[in-house]
Amino acid sequence: MKEKRDLKIQAIENGTVIDHIKAGQALNVLRILGISSTFRETISFVMNAPGARGKKDVVKIEGKELSVEELNRIALISPKATINIIRDFEVVQKNIVVLPSYVEGVVRCINSNCISNSSEPIKSKFSVLQSEEEGVTLRCLYCEHVISEDIAENLR
Amino acid sequence: MGTIYENRMPFKNRHVISMKDFSRKEIDYVLDTAEKLEPVARGEERSRLLDGKIIALLFFEPSTRTRLSFEVAAQRLGGQVLNLGSVEASSVMKGENLADTIRVISEYADLIVLRHPLDGSARMAAEFASVPIINGGDGSVHHPTQTFLDLYTIRRESHLEGLRIAMAGDLKYGRTVHSLCHALSLYGAEMTFVSPPELKMPSEIVRDLQKNNISVKETDSLEEIIGEVEVLYMTRVQRERFPDPEEYEKVKNRLKVTGDLLKNADPNLKILHPLPRVNEISPEVDATPHARYFQQAFYGVPIRMALLALAMGVIE
Repeated sequence: MKEKRDLKIQAIENGTVIDHIKAGQALNVLRILGISSTFRETISFVMNAPGARGKKDVVKIEGKELSVEELNRIALISPKATINIIRDFEVVQKNIVVLPSYVEGVVRCINSNCISNSSEPIKSKFSVLQSEEEGVTLRCLYCEHVISEDIAENLR
Repeated sequence: MGTIYENRMPFKNRHVISMKDFSRKEIDYVLDTAEKLEPVARGEERSRLLDGKIIALLFFEPSTRTRLSFEVAAQRLGGQVLNLGSVEASSVMKGENLADTIRVISEYADLIVLRHPLDGSARMAAEFASVPIINGGDGSVHHPTQTFLDLYTIRRESHLEGLRIAMAGDLKYGRTVHSLCHALSLYGAEMTFVSPPELKMPSEIVRDLQKNNISVKETDSLEEIIGEVEVLYMTRVQRERFPDPEEYEKVKNRLKVTGDLLKNADPNLKILHPLPRVNEISPEVDATPHARYFQQAFYGVPIRMALLALAMGVIE
């Protein structure tokens, strides 16, 4: 069984493996990292892979080590994801994503009357809060609207 | 909120965007400054504090009262006022964005007062301005000079510390009451919210107040609470909030201050209203000592004088 699973994604020589992504969020992880059709390196991912702690998604990005700042944005939609930096087929660094306290240009404000949704030359800006009751919430630094649900739905 | 700014005092070149940017100590300082300037606001004394200063008023939506009171405040202090004029006639109609407008006007004026229909526009303007921005109301979020003048009115006509206050009318959409609640919570208060169920104070605001140990009571009846409060802050209930006109009529009549209602009021009760009123306060109330809403409108002048003078650093 283990061998079969390993076949789904090949090990990479150099790059970044994002593991333990909340099942179903792999595409949003690519969006939050700003990875689109113009990205030239090889990317592979599995969705809904069985893991020891239930289903998960995995994303592998070859030939590129993403910055901590970029990677920590993943915590907005998948707070338990882990980041593995691979060099020469070896994991040289393994970290859990850390929720940033501030994000810029990643999420769209849900308030349609917010200045950040107009044609002004600005990026959206949010302070990020985490509480036991409400989970992760974003507060728009312009209009102060709070996004507490569907952060993934409002990615730019 | 506010604690990180606790000792952040110097006002020179500071923007006035949201009440939440000010600590209690700073609010007190603004109110003290307004009180000192009151004789000038009344025209009893002359001042040249803003001599040689140019204040640009950029009003992207009409608000006669706010614009006039800023104009009066600037002129009473000897400052010159630059008016954008109508939006139709300006570069905005040519498609210029607000960021560019602010950068250009920053080169002409010493301070900009901005009124704009989009939420958060004043915060953005502050990022592009090289002079202080005073928010004269942005979208449905902030109108800090209104809150400063409300606090000033309460302090002059009643007292701020531990006030028993009722706010009535449209508490759901009314930005002035939201901002006032937050500011009053810095002074400790017993708050009563009077509104029809469909226009209740948003629950997150009530929760925030309770977290700050503010006692909150909610009701839909003015009769029930009129004897218990020192200040009644009335707001207008807008017809467009009600899909059913009959429902609007009912609510409108239930939330009305009349001479009859005031028979049971505390003799020291003061009634405030941000104006314009429609019919939520009957005209017969105007002649009673409770009515302080026109006085409140005057207090907008010394408060705006204080904010102009502090932001431009002519009073330290």
